[in-house]
Amino acid sequence: MAYTEQQILEGLGEIVDEIAGVPAAEVTPDKSFVDDLDIDSLSMVEIAVAAQDRFGVEIPDDQLKDLKTVNDVTNYIAKQEASA
Amino acid sequence: MRTNTGAPGARVLGLGEYQPSNVVTNDDLARRIDTSDEWIRSRVGIRERRIAGADESVVDMAVAAGGKALAASGLSAADVDLVIVATCTQETQIPNASARVADRLGITAPGAYDVNAACAGFCYALSAAGDAVRAGSARNVLVIGAEKLSSWVDWTDRTTCVIFADGAGAAVVGPSDEPGIGPVVWGSAGDRAELIGIADRNSFMAQDGQPVFRWATTALHPVALEACERAGVKPTELAAFVPHQANLRIVEAIARKLGAPQALIARDIETAGNTSAASIPLALARMVGRGELASGDTVLILGFGAGMTYAGQVIEVP
Repeated sequence: MAYTEQQILEGLGEIVDEIAGVPAAEVTPDKSFVDDLDIDSLSMVEIAVAAQDRFGVEIPDDQLKDLKTVNDVTNYIAKQEASA
Repeated sequence: MRTNTGAPGARVLGLGEYQPSNVVTNDDLARRIDTSDEWIRSRVGIRERRIAGADESVVDMAVAAGGKALAASGLSAADVDLVIVATCTQETQIPNASARVADRLGITAPGAYDVNAACAGFCYALSAAGDAVRAGSARNVLVIGAEKLSSWVDWTDRTTCVIFADGAGAAVVGPSDEPGIGPVVWGSAGDRAELIGIADRNSFMAQDGQPVFRWATTALHPVALEACERAGVKPTELAAFVPHQANLRIVEAIARKLGAPQALIARDIETAGNTSAASIPLALARMVGRGELASGDTVLILGFGAGMTYAGQVIEVP
């Protein structure tokens, strides 16, 4: 079953909250993980792994470095799901 | 043809450790390179590490830790007939470290070989030692993890020099009626060999941090769980989990997935840094030394690193 972008955003918020301790409400589309949410590269890997478990979409390291904002990640997951 | 008859089981009889006296704090490093105490603590969890002196070798550190393990075991040098040193930072390509370590400890003419499975080396060597005792090819084995990573680190590279450190840890393995070393679960992923390495004699230690972190936090907890399963010990029965001290965040991530909330989780990296093959016996010996573990406690150890290699087993504290 494909997730809506809203569902992915909510799921991502819960993951970020659990891994980095950033409240889910702050995880909004235009936020930059590094600059706004203060999430480092290792936490990004943990978030990518958790997102894979949850949404079944792998985000490889070479893609991950280009995904700067919450919206980038949401779009990436939605797009991969659509093409799966 | 005849064959050996070994012991019904093998167990750890004694532990020992050695750390160089020179303490290097994060602030010390921040005075030399562009880093900070906060950055190092949050990324790798290290507060300070020990760095060996210029005249202090892998063999020297191995001798110091091995001698203490031998003393703790209650055995004498004459009782040991096999010495295995796990190291990937020995100064000489040949001779190996183990024969010289044995000689310095007064162990006469034992079997002596080095193991290079990088940060997994101690668990590989411990497994080989236990098997040798049970197969009858050795009576008592001195197993040592010893590393001088400071010799192979580029001290201007802030991605590696803040992580790696020096030290040694050792265990004496001998016969027992009941098994005190569980079945090893080991393996390798040579397709990822390029992630961590020292390419040649003129190169420094290099690692690709992000993929290593991903591998370590996703591929290893099944190994840990299988090691418990094979030993017939539930994760909830473990007194402690002592994984290779690679990075505190890797340690904590694997520990979370292990499902052993009661177990003491080794955080030796905070004051010892990442000492590769030495980190597990060093952490374990220090935990026992501080009285955090008692004789008979079951502990899961898990080594992993360059190769990529990994190995884990459940052991009983001597």
